[in-house]
Amino acid sequence: MKEQFEKKDLVSHRLRKDGKSCGLHCIKIKDIKVEIGGTTIIEDINLHIHCGQLTAVIGKNGAGKSTLMKAILGEVKHQGSIEFKNMQNGTFQDLKIGYVPQHINIEKNTPTSVFDLCAGYISRFPVFLHKRKKVYEKVKEQLSRYDAEDLIDQAVCDLSGGELQRVLLSIATTPIPNLLVLDEPVSGIDKNGMDLFYRNIEYLKEHYDLAVILVSHDLEYIRKYADNVVLMDRSILAEGRPESVFHSEAFINTFGNIN
Amino acid sequence: MNFVYEVFERLLPFSFMQYDFMKNALIAVLIITPLFGMLGTMIVNNKMAFFSDALGHSAFTGIAIGVIFGFADLNVTMVLFAIVFALLLNRIKRRNAVSTDTIISVFSSLGSAIGLVVLSQNGNFSKYSSILVGDILSITPAEIGWLLLIFVVAMIFFGTCFNQLHSMSINVSLANSKGIRIKLLDDIFAVMIAMIIMLSIRWVGILMINALLILPAAAARNLAENVREYHGFSVVISMFSGILGLLVSYFVNTATGPTIIIIASAVFFLTLLTKPLVK
Repeated sequence: MKEQFEKKDLVSHRLRKDGKSCGLHCIKIKDIKVEIGGTTIIEDINLHIHCGQLTAVIGKNGAGKSTLMKAILGEVKHQGSIEFKNMQNGTFQDLKIGYVPQHINIEKNTPTSVFDLCAGYISRFPVFLHKRKKVYEKVKEQLSRYDAEDLIDQAVCDLSGGELQRVLLSIATTPIPNLLVLDEPVSGIDKNGMDLFYRNIEYLKEHYDLAVILVSHDLEYIRKYADNVVLMDRSILAEGRPESVFHSEAFINTFGNIN
Repeated sequence: MNFVYEVFERLLPFSFMQYDFMKNALIAVLIITPLFGMLGTMIVNNKMAFFSDALGHSAFTGIAIGVIFGFADLNVTMVLFAIVFALLLNRIKRRNAVSTDTIISVFSSLGSAIGLVVLSQNGNFSKYSSILVGDILSITPAEIGWLLLIFVVAMIFFGTCFNQLHSMSINVSLANSKGIRIKLLDDIFAVMIAMIIMLSIRWVGILMINALLILPAAAARNLAENVREYHGFSVVISMFSGILGLLVSYFVNTATGPTIIIIASAVFFLTLLTKPLVK
């Protein structure tokens, strides 16, 4: 897979020559507070997220994890700020976000192929008219980075959980964003699929200048793959390296002692 | 117009084509049905069937407003009211306080009730009862002009915004992260639906219009495997039902709208039966 990445990547200029993320881009999330209908959903959220790192957000259901993702995506009104800083020269840049959603609205029997799905995000030529060769090749290339090019003509509703997730990952990373937001993207996937998914994420964060935020419940995988863990319940309860968070009092109160 | 009539007479040398009302009706069907075939697929994808139904019912109020203020051209008040109605529905939907179905249902009933109260004053409703089932045989060349206008506008909209609309139907947050302006697009689409429904509702009928929007798309879903097939089948099924329905209604002397719907329904059930064979 790695070779394919380097050979076929459309945005290879972003690929670092030394094969390592620079770690010099920082996303500063300051004093985020979200109120919906007079109820405070999340408050006092302060985070620094560096490129080349996987930050996992955990917490029980209703802790405001998805709301925080929506605030970062600029989809819900929030107080506070999100800045994207290049620490090499101290300038601020526009933050480009790639997003992998929890669900997509494609039911059984929906006549949408993987090509239709992907082409809609990279071309404005109406997909109902004609399958343009140039666009088709582009989509194939973006899928091939995740070994999913054979899926291009399949109906999206017939994909397995793992296949769909690789397709969505290819959409989120074309073009390569500064921040990749993954909102519980690994539901209904078997163990092989999970391992492949985390290896893909690991490869992305190590070889591109991008930061990853992952909302997940798979504590074992988080322990293995995450660089930072944020435990939240309306506000941040614990934050740091996986081992320190997993041993914190707040973690044990939330999930029990799984150590 | 005369030129168009002549072309029709040459191409279709049937006895029924000698009547101008049949030529007008056929032209109207040839504009409305492909438009509905296209729009229907988007409505089904975006789960807006209930929304378009409510818009249809709001036509009562649009007509009532036109009657109260003495407008000669009811199209104007119907379209304007439907646009306001659609945008209002969108705004309330976004607040997310009550379930969307409930809200749309309330609006739909209110839209019909206000209109019916005004139109039924002094026992006059029978004058307007034709809008319930539609009367495509009474369409005039000027009204066809309106249809043609909305057809062109809609095609430009689909040609430029289809992919974004499709992306929005798949996942709003994902579309948003790709820089698609969701609220604006959602509102433009709602206005588009409002205009198309209002300009065709008097020919198709308030009771029938949603069926004509949904049926071809629903039938096409049973056969298609990708977006191109989906739209192709939907347009073909819609046009087939429309033309056949018009002819059948002429020969057996029935209301055109309902006849078209019966044929479209028959096609739908046929696709349902053949689905295991083609898919």
